[in-house]
Amino acid sequence: MALLKNYGTYREASLNEVDFMPATNEEKQALAPMRKSVSFWKDGLNRLRKNHIAMISLAVILLTMVFSFVGPEVYPYSYEQQIRGSENLGIMEYSEQELARKASGETVFPHILGTDNLGRDLVIRLMMGSRISITVGIIAALLILVIGSSYGAVAGYFGGKIDMIMMRIVDIIYSVPDILIIILLQVTLKYPLKQLANNVPGFGWINTIGVGLICIFVVFALLYWVGMARIVRGQVLSLKEQEYVTAARALGASHGRIIRKHLLVNCIGTLIVTTTLQIPSIIFTESFLSFIGLGVSAPMPSLGSMASDAIDGIQSFPHRLIAPAVMISLIILSFNLFGDGLRDAFDPKLKK
Amino acid sequence: MTGYIAKRVLMAILSVFLVATITFFLMFLVPGGPFLSEKAPSEATIKALEAKYGLDQPVIVQYKNYMLNLLRGDFGLSIKQRGRTVWQIITAGFPVSAKVGGLSIMIALLIGVPLGSVAALKRGKWQDNVIIFLSSAGVAVPGFVVSTLLMYFLSVKIKLLPTFGLGSFSHYIMPCTALSLYPASYITRLMRSSMLDVIGQDYMITAKAKGLKQSAMLFKHALRNAVSPVITYLGPLLAYTLTGSFVVEKIFSIPGLGKEFISSIINRDYTMIMGTTIFLAFLIVAMNALVDIANKIVDPRIQLK
Repeated sequence: MALLKNYGTYREASLNEVDFMPATNEEKQALAPMRKSVSFWKDGLNRLRKNHIAMISLAVILLTMVFSFVGPEVYPYSYEQQIRGSENLGIMEYSEQELARKASGETVFPHILGTDNLGRDLVIRLMMGSRISITVGIIAALLILVIGSSYGAVAGYFGGKIDMIMMRIVDIIYSVPDILIIILLQVTLKYPLKQLANNVPGFGWINTIGVGLICIFVVFALLYWVGMARIVRGQVLSLKEQEYVTAARALGASHGRIIRKHLLVNCIGTLIVTTTLQIPSIIFTESFLSFIGLGVSAPMPSLGSMASDAIDGIQSFPHRLIAPAVMISLIILSFNLFGDGLRDAFDPKLKK
Repeated sequence: MTGYIAKRVLMAILSVFLVATITFFLMFLVPGGPFLSEKAPSEATIKALEAKYGLDQPVIVQYKNYMLNLLRGDFGLSIKQRGRTVWQIITAGFPVSAKVGGLSIMIALLIGVPLGSVAALKRGKWQDNVIIFLSSAGVAVPGFVVSTLLMYFLSVKIKLLPTFGLGSFSHYIMPCTALSLYPASYITRLMRSSMLDVIGQDYMITAKAKGLKQSAMLFKHALRNAVSPVITYLGPLLAYTLTGSFVVEKIFSIPGLGKEFISSIINRDYTMIMGTTIFLAFLIVAMNALVDIANKIVDPRIQLK
């Protein structure tokens, strides 16, 4: 103890024997790092947690998820159930027969947002519509992640001629106007997919998911992976020069193993951020397709098709338009802001 | 430079060709032909019609014929709109779309560039926060939502603006607002970040140190350098405006090219689908190539690859 206190004076004086004594336990503790080492994930999560906008958007995303995935399970109406006599109800209105049932002592769940012209409850349709939008966004983004990252990693890793040819293909797909091809594919894929589902055994699952949805997945997976491929290639190009890749190669690791275990793992931040930011843009396009009548097939609701259906009755039932419109904007906005937050936290290099 | 231009042009041609080919073969997968309507014509009539449009030949032959005609600038006859060539329909619809779209692009630039610059110059202050908030909201709202809500509030509720058609100036207000909201917000964000980038550069400090006026610094040094990403965005912007017009033209009943495109798909009007797709694809691809080339000429720092 005395030794530590007098440290300053000793330093100025010349060194003596005491300075070369083995360190006591207390001294050792004083030199131990004060903070625990912070891993990549912890560091990023800490930064994310401090970002209020990102946390609020995450809360909104979670709430919408509960609303759209848990909601329909507990809600008393179903999205395709057409209640006779309860058509075109306004907000919180009951039809005559429902009033009669109420008068006789039954409990009737209120139509919080009313019903549409076929007597379908609007809240449950809103829930199902959001479910479709979010599912499409997430699954398509994952497809894009798988295709884009493996393509980009292979191109970047092997380099040379392979890289050149692969990236020229990407360039060409990139310059093809996406919406035009999406619309065309959307229209043309439906029929062969239906044929496949009905006639070839083992493809019946297509019908349970819905041809429209499968079409959307295929279309997005076919066209939107190019952006991801470019980003991953860029990362891999610099990562493959790192020593650990040389070390892995020296140890005899195969190309596949190096790509999977070393290169892709090391650009995980970029992958997460790009995938998250892909989700809102897919939801955006999906709602656009549904709005012009090329999205999921009826009676499955989608936020876009709900808005499109509501236009005819806009004079008398404006809430039918406003509800899906607000919902879709909210979902896209919260995913956008959360993605921005993730990028700032995990991949500051990507920030533009 | 010449090599780059040649390469870029070649790629543009290749992608237009690719689009044409994909479209052509995709169309043959579409169920239902153009002659199957409610009042079905007799077998013989269909045969005769198919012979007239060359639909009875093998797909490969049809493809070859179509491509050869296309090279001569012949888009063929519309199958559904009898007696009109595809080119006539395109040239009738395009000026309408171009007027609405061009106006929207101009509005988007006139709003986005100044707003983005102001946000960057006032970084962290309330002006910046307001602009960031507005532009984040702007990129989250799909065009059809803006159009329908505008229509509800401005023409149904307070009957201020006409709902459809393109008769007078006031007809343009709603479609152009709806079409320009997303790009204006996007350009604002783009401009803000590139302006922030430029402000931190050494040449800005030099400019300040040598006593340049604030306005000269802003317009001569900052703005000119910061606007480059916005120019790059013009290509995708054109594509966005064209596709956005599908929805906006449908909602406001504007007789433009977007509406023709959607209705030709729904009607299975083969030649119209081909014609409009190739035309739109050509516009978008050509614009992208032009922007890329222009950017390299204007900004020598972008390395030629």
